[in-house]
Amino acid sequence: MNLNLQWTWFHRLGSPRWFYQKTQRWLPWLSLVMSVLLVTGLVWGLAFAPPDAKQGNSFRIIYVHVPASVVALAGYYIMAIAGAVGLIWRIKLAYMLMRSAAPIGAALTFIALVTGAIWGKPTWGAYWEWDARITSMLILLFLYLGVMALRHTYSSNEAADKASAILGLVGMVNVPIIYKSVDWWQTLHQPATIKFTGAPSMHPDMFMPLVVMILGFYLFYTVSLILFARAEILRREYRASWVKQLVTDNSAEK
Amino acid sequence: MYNFLSGGFTAYLYRDLLLSIRNKSDLVKPLIFFLLVAALVPLAIAPEAERLAELAPGIIWILAVLATLLSVEHLFSDDLNDGCLEQMLISPNMLILPILGKITAHWLVIGLPLTLLSPVIGLWFSLPSVALIPMILSLAIGTAVLSLIGAVGAALTLPRQGGVLLALLVMPLYMPVLIFGSATIQSAVDGLDWTAPLAMLAAFLAIAIALCPLAINAGLRLAKNG
Repeated sequence: MNLNLQWTWFHRLGSPRWFYQKTQRWLPWLSLVMSVLLVTGLVWGLAFAPPDAKQGNSFRIIYVHVPASVVALAGYYIMAIAGAVGLIWRIKLAYMLMRSAAPIGAALTFIALVTGAIWGKPTWGAYWEWDARITSMLILLFLYLGVMALRHTYSSNEAADKASAILGLVGMVNVPIIYKSVDWWQTLHQPATIKFTGAPSMHPDMFMPLVVMILGFYLFYTVSLILFARAEILRREYRASWVKQLVTDNSAEK
Repeated sequence: MYNFLSGGFTAYLYRDLLLSIRNKSDLVKPLIFFLLVAALVPLAIAPEAERLAELAPGIIWILAVLATLLSVEHLFSDDLNDGCLEQMLISPNMLILPILGKITAHWLVIGLPLTLLSPVIGLWFSLPSVALIPMILSLAIGTAVLSLIGAVGAALTLPRQGGVLLALLVMPLYMPVLIFGSATIQSAVDGLDWTAPLAMLAAFLAIAIALCPLAINAGLRLAKNG
């Protein structure tokens, strides 16, 4: 009995209506913190951080590239865990979050690849290098695209959700293996490894704006996830009475 | 208990082998594809022994991946079309053993012949003879992993029956096998210790045998309803 009581918060959390109404209140605050962090990080990183000793000003793309890559990778786990929660506890909201996470993650991975290529031209002299991290990001992009494409295989939302969740879990087991394999492959094939300023060896003046930008990107991810999920909730729950109420209230206000 | 242990492994292994033997064209197609594309490589690149030998480990593995991918699509779709899959899914048990039986049959029909044919390609590409045994071993283990992972993709894409989507789902997951498979051959060519990458392949096989049937089981049950 006691156990049941403790878990009610979990199931209330799973109610799309509860999520929709709560996030309505959270969104302005989250967006505010996000904008402050992103603006501070960008201005600090682009204008005030000292130029790199070897790369000059071209290194400043790090303030977009690294946060995008970090969040893109974390996003895969967020997506897979949301899918697992959906499979285990049969929570609709978790599936909606999983579905929303896929395009955001794919977009961030794409941004990471493009900024990496732009950064690579002045630094390495080529847009593309078969560097371990670049290759892993490319594979990650394919994994995201697979999850997005699998959805269209199924005619019912429910089956599509479960299939994507299973694929997400398979991917979750594989992502570390793929990363390690690619790392190993890279050391095998390229004796002259390319090293650029890693985060720990960075000067604090350069590193602090990066931390701010990473936090900003995480918030950006959260805000986009909430916005995507809200749209998804409305799309799927359009028959529910509270959604109808919401629509009539909105049109009455106008 | 008896039912769970034998659990249809031998029954499905026997049935799928019998089906493949009676339908020989499906059996031969991936092998012909394997040899045909291998014959294109010297035409497209250069018929020089050194250059081909340099590319051989990678090309042999890419061909093995493509040939498996071509054939894995039909692993469950034929059963879905003729209604056999329904019969299999009626069972209240987890379908781990029937699935493993089907995949073992697939490996015996595709992976093993590819492995046995690979020395021919090794000769075409003038692969040094020291690399022949590592190549055969890596292909034997690696194609089994490819069959298992491919079956996950085939089960999940069953309502649309594979195609490009199957390749999109499965290819990223094939990368580690591809890396360590060609590394085994390359290490042998370079005179290095080739047992380490081979052991990694065997480890992948162990993980895949344990985990893939679970995902396939879930995927097949979805496909019936979706």
